[in-house]
Amino acid sequence: MKHDALNEVYRLHGRRVLATLIRLVGDFDTAEEALHDACAAAAEQWPIEGTPQNPYAWLVSAGRFKVIDRWRRRARLQSSLRELAMQRETDAAPSVEEADEIHDDELRLIFTCCHPALPPDSRIALTLREVGGLTTEQVARAYLVPTPTIAQRIVRAKAKIRDEALPYEVPPLEELPNRLESVLHVIYLIFNEGYSATDGTELTRKDLSMQALRLCRLVVDLLDDPEANGLLALMLFHDARRDTRATPTGELVLLEDQDRSRWNRRQIAEAEALVERALKSRRFGPYTLQAAIAGVHAGAARASDTDWSQIVTLYDVLLRADPSPVIRLNRAVAVAMADGPAEGLAAIDEVLAGGALDDYYLAHSARADMCRRLGRTDDARVAYERALQLVRQAPERRFLEGRIAQLGPAG
Amino acid sequence: MRYVCLVYFEESVLKSLAARAKQQLDRDSMGYDDDLQERGHLVVAHALQHVSAAMTVRMRDSRMSATDGPFMETKEALGGFILIEARDMNEAIRIASNIPLAKLGSIEVRPIMSMERPA
Repeated sequence: MKHDALNEVYRLHGRRVLATLIRLVGDFDTAEEALHDACAAAAEQWPIEGTPQNPYAWLVSAGRFKVIDRWRRRARLQSSLRELAMQRETDAAPSVEEADEIHDDELRLIFTCCHPALPPDSRIALTLREVGGLTTEQVARAYLVPTPTIAQRIVRAKAKIRDEALPYEVPPLEELPNRLESVLHVIYLIFNEGYSATDGTELTRKDLSMQALRLCRLVVDLLDDPEANGLLALMLFHDARRDTRATPTGELVLLEDQDRSRWNRRQIAEAEALVERALKSRRFGPYTLQAAIAGVHAGAARASDTDWSQIVTLYDVLLRADPSPVIRLNRAVAVAMADGPAEGLAAIDEVLAGGALDDYYLAHSARADMCRRLGRTDDARVAYERALQLVRQAPERRFLEGRIAQLGPAG
Repeated sequence: MRYVCLVYFEESVLKSLAARAKQQLDRDSMGYDDDLQERGHLVVAHALQHVSAAMTVRMRDSRMSATDGPFMETKEALGGFILIEARDMNEAIRIASNIPLAKLGSIEVRPIMSMERPA
């Protein structure tokens, strides 16, 4: 068996074929077995007979035949199974060529992998493996957890899908908004995991962000939803700045100090078009608004050109959709930029008084920054030190230590 | 990637099977090996003789000791192994779950370490 040829067929067609086979044969494990058999047959036959005109249809039909063949063989051994095999054979018969069904199969797979009945960790692992095509080992490396942990999450998730008979379907219209929210949330978590840290595992983490972008594009292509467009735009804006967020030695570079000439303009243009489309739909939500805010930053040629009052307005709208303390904090920072540090400090203290962000280092480092700009050095030092107690990533630590040193000795 | 499926079971459980059931188990096990072979998953599969036929060897201070029996006394003993080719750990687990002896004993799935020979 030529494993390279098999892996190539797998890589090119595996995901779409799997999505359809799950519908036709009824469960993940049987479908994966059938997919393997079909790809193995293709790896043997295509180099000799030529690649078929429709490789997808060829693989689905080969996979389905292999399953039926197996049912027949098992039925010959056990007469009680014979009738069942005949039944499944008829069930599996409907044509696979109908475009709508095929189109829906990929959506069915995504919605099933992100089903709210599954634990969040399992949703991520299952989505990356079944929809993203990553191996168990790749998922484990990217999340810095042992392979057996990921393997177990996947096994349990599949058992739950089977035992609770979670339907393999695109959710009905009334459930769609909720279910789509879960899908988009999984995609955003995958993206953030790949975006947040800059340690030695950067390479695999960058792959995670690429995966999230790919998954979101798939959802956007299959289901033209405003928030899916908004999330794709948000991730594209962030990703466009990826290379300017840290120095080559891994030191943090703030948004205002980033080299804007190195931002990916092509990605920014794509994101801007997506935001515009989502906003026009009037059915947009938090992802679209966050993307719009990221878009204001991306649109400023210099940091000093940033339209901060526009950003404050967008945060006000966002707060109506998602009144979380973190968004309140971001709004306070924007207020400081628009109206000055005194107004900003008042806004931040109001958020901190709520108590929910006591352990959030960014809240204290933002407060410190306001105090520093107001010349309240001692208050700034106290706040920076509180932030330093809470922060975990090394580049952020070094950044805060640098700021404390700049304040000079305590007075 | 390659994985080895180490098949453990209690000798007494196997002994307590009726002759027909034992025959069926053997047929199923060989049938599954053939199945894996046909699908390109099988590298090699072997059943092991009873642990009473085993010897354990150690070298200590350049002296060899050879004792009978397995290194560790456990109720479940290694009874066979199947070396397979699989896409990833979860495919290996799926393949292991269908090994007929998984119903009586347990299967340990271990990835094979790939090592470069030093130049």
